[in-house]
Amino acid sequence: MIPAAFDYVRAESAGHAIALLAEHGDEAKLLAGGHSLLPLMKLRLASPTVLVDVGRLDDLRFIRDAGDHIAIGALTRHRDLEISELLSQTAPLLHHAAGHVGDPQVRHRGTIGGSLAHADPASDLPAVVLALGGTLVVEGPNGQREIPIGEFYTGFLESALEPDELLTEIRIPKLDTLGWSFQKFNRRAQDWAIVGVAAVRADGHSGVGLVNMGSTPLYAAGVVDALHSGATAAEAAERANEGTEAQSDNNATVEYREHLARVLVRRALEESGLS
Amino acid sequence: MKITMTVNGVERTDEVEPRTLLAHHLREALGLTGTNIGCDTSSCGACTIHVDGQSVKSCTMLAVQADGSDVLTIEGLADGDTLHPMQRCFQQNHGLQCGYCTPGMVMAAVSLLEENPNPTEREVRLGLEGNLCRCTGYHNIVQSVLACAAESSGAAS
Repeated sequence: MIPAAFDYVRAESAGHAIALLAEHGDEAKLLAGGHSLLPLMKLRLASPTVLVDVGRLDDLRFIRDAGDHIAIGALTRHRDLEISELLSQTAPLLHHAAGHVGDPQVRHRGTIGGSLAHADPASDLPAVVLALGGTLVVEGPNGQREIPIGEFYTGFLESALEPDELLTEIRIPKLDTLGWSFQKFNRRAQDWAIVGVAAVRADGHSGVGLVNMGSTPLYAAGVVDALHSGATAAEAAERANEGTEAQSDNNATVEYREHLARVLVRRALEESGLS
Repeated sequence: MKITMTVNGVERTDEVEPRTLLAHHLREALGLTGTNIGCDTSSCGACTIHVDGQSVKSCTMLAVQADGSDVLTIEGLADGDTLHPMQRCFQQNHGLQCGYCTPGMVMAAVSLLEENPNPTEREVRLGLEGNLCRCTGYHNIVQSVLACAAESSGAAS
């Protein structure tokens, strides 16, 4: 399968990428690792006429301690996250989950920024960043703005990112982590999660994100609300499907997904140390 | 668009259409048909090669993205008539049957051992999760990789 023809432009800087997006408007798409976009283009589900390659913007590839948060450049690859000692100490949930995205070849190319901006409800990292309460830094023609991850996802493969904006950095708050868990249920290695759950319990913060339980990556607000009220893991898990809108497909019916969400949330909370 | 890359140690400059996938460029422009295309959807791993030292699925990468890169395919692995240790271990441990997945499997396995020289059996299985084999049931492939790892660590110590 070969993508439809397009013009290819290599961005020399973040500013250059934004200018190219402004010039080409809706017709342009950003290309980072390409592991979400290229499969869609090969299937002709996406046919941008201009690809702006930001894959060589190495100044957006970093993981650093920024005081109260960890700053991660949008072009940091999953493999970089998976082997980061800093991340393993400060955000073990993200460190662990990054090692479960796709397979090693995918993790060598795919980027955290690409995964988050693609807004696929079946992706692992959006649910993780939702659980951790991350903030996304985006740059556009009018400068920089910050978007809390909870306000980022607006629809299926749609986000608050404007067509002329570039996601540049992901900020993960440094939590005093008590426990965390990442549950990914699939039937074959390397598959997308049929349902996934990312959970973190920390001093002053509880967060739970759901994979593949609706048209967007979801925050399990009902579960977190129950946790704040002192619920047990089993009690909180009963609220796993509040606000979800799971779909039926070849892998699972709605009922099966909802069952999985309850079971996996309970397991995740238990693994996070909640009785 | 004109791109230059080093493929199996030889610098190549070619004119490519931006939409040309790296796997097609290697097979059709460079004649390196050892890189197989299986599923064409980044699932099966038959097209696995190394780009700048890391395993990637060349059906999910544009040739233009590899401009300036160092590319290694299965054809570049052996040293003349001397097989790469991983190739020899696959041969000696019956790590292949029909052979279709083998180039990708070997390239993924070499990358795996570069990142983790002494993997457990489970780590080998996880490390090869991006490569599908319909013949072997994976058992002898895993044995091949473990044998190669043991041989390398024995040689190092």
